[in-house]
Amino acid sequence: MAKKKIKIIVAKPGLDGHDRGAKLLCRIFAEAGMEVVYTGLRQTPEMIAEAALQEDADVVGLSSLSGVHNYFFPKVVKVLEEKEISDVLIVGGGIIPAEDIPELKKAGVAEIFGPGTRTDKIVQFIQENVAG
Amino acid sequence: MITTEDLTKQVLAGSPRALARVITWVENSDPRAAKCLEELHPHMGHALILGLTGSPGAGKSSLTDQITHHFRKRDKTVGIVAVDPSSPFTGGALLGDRIRMNRHAGDPGVFIRSMATRGFLGGLAQTTDNVVKAMDASGKDIVIVETVGVGQDEIDIMRIADTICLILAPGYGDIIQSMKAGVMEIADIYVINKSDHAGADQLYTEVNSRILQDTQIKKSPWTPPVVKTVATEKRGIDDLVEAIGSHQCQLKESGAILEKRRERIRQQTFQMIHFALFQLMEKELAQNGRLERLVDAIIERKENPYRAMREIVDEFIHTPAAR
Repeated sequence: MAKKKIKIIVAKPGLDGHDRGAKLLCRIFAEAGMEVVYTGLRQTPEMIAEAALQEDADVVGLSSLSGVHNYFFPKVVKVLEEKEISDVLIVGGGIIPAEDIPELKKAGVAEIFGPGTRTDKIVQFIQENVAG
Repeated sequence: MITTEDLTKQVLAGSPRALARVITWVENSDPRAAKCLEELHPHMGHALILGLTGSPGAGKSSLTDQITHHFRKRDKTVGIVAVDPSSPFTGGALLGDRIRMNRHAGDPGVFIRSMATRGFLGGLAQTTDNVVKAMDASGKDIVIVETVGVGQDEIDIMRIADTICLILAPGYGDIIQSMKAGVMEIADIYVINKSDHAGADQLYTEVNSRILQDTQIKKSPWTPPVVKTVATEKRGIDDLVEAIGSHQCQLKESGAILEKRRERIRQQTFQMIHFALFQLMEKELAQNGRLERLVDAIIERKENPYRAMREIVDEFIHTPAAR
């Protein structure tokens, strides 16, 4: 059996319309050999969880630049839990103040990557933390 | 650990989670996939399988979205398999077809799965066929298969779909393009999308003239219609769905559907045997280093591949290990 490919959903929750960063990350994940599903802008937590379920994703990557992360990121975790999806790695990024990070992690987001993060670090984190 | 039997039961009961997992196993050629497919086999063969193919950016995803919307209004459940290419360099893929279908997220009657081709070149992934079958067994009324953006010669969709829509858009060349063999030949329905763009009327005329030539060259029980659409403005969708319905009727009334499926099963069964044998042989020859020794001998001209092939095949079919 071939080595399992990592499948990652990249999503922008909320009304934030800026996805240059998310698109670049899609390219970077694909370049790292992952299969990347980009869901596009203006996603509700339900839409993101549904995509993760149907695609049987290993990772959900959330991007937010509009300050709504404290609401949306934990909500995505919660909806995934409601769907009994517990084996998905959830990571986030964007404009996220340092003081918000502990709460987000407590809510179930595995890691937060802010502006200036080296992209190879993000890839490495995902590769090391995907279950199975 | 969940058993394949439980998972199959859940698929049959309509669990999207279970279906998603079976599809992953199928994609990864996990040994459990074969077991699941075996158990699902009695429940396959009910869905209408619709293929959408065409150049990149012609509008396949947008039309898939519109067609899905149409069928959902009529309470039909829809499975969508959207294929995008894998990188030949990294094996990674950007699967972007879901973006056009977002309004169906959260609708339990729609299941969308993106697939990467993983090195397969016919417009689909090697396992797309079995993914479609799993969706069919899960009870979807319609399964839409969207190929990668194709050029002229990626026609594997014809081995899977009952009805093929070839999505064209203006601006890709003159009348000679529309006369060529390959993808232009496999359409049951020609769709001129972006028909509000310049050149659409000319393309419409050219495609019609190809169809007219076809009717003059060979008799066929079905003459493909040409439908004009503007997917982003929902124009022409009713005409397209009507054309799909007419083709389905023709397939059923003429009995061509049975013939088509029989031929498909023949090809698929043979291909499966071919692939299983290939894997056995490959393992066998690699294991004892025989293949490398053979390659050395051929390079040194002490052996020739033609004779070696005969000997190996002959040996293999007479070995008890091959039973």
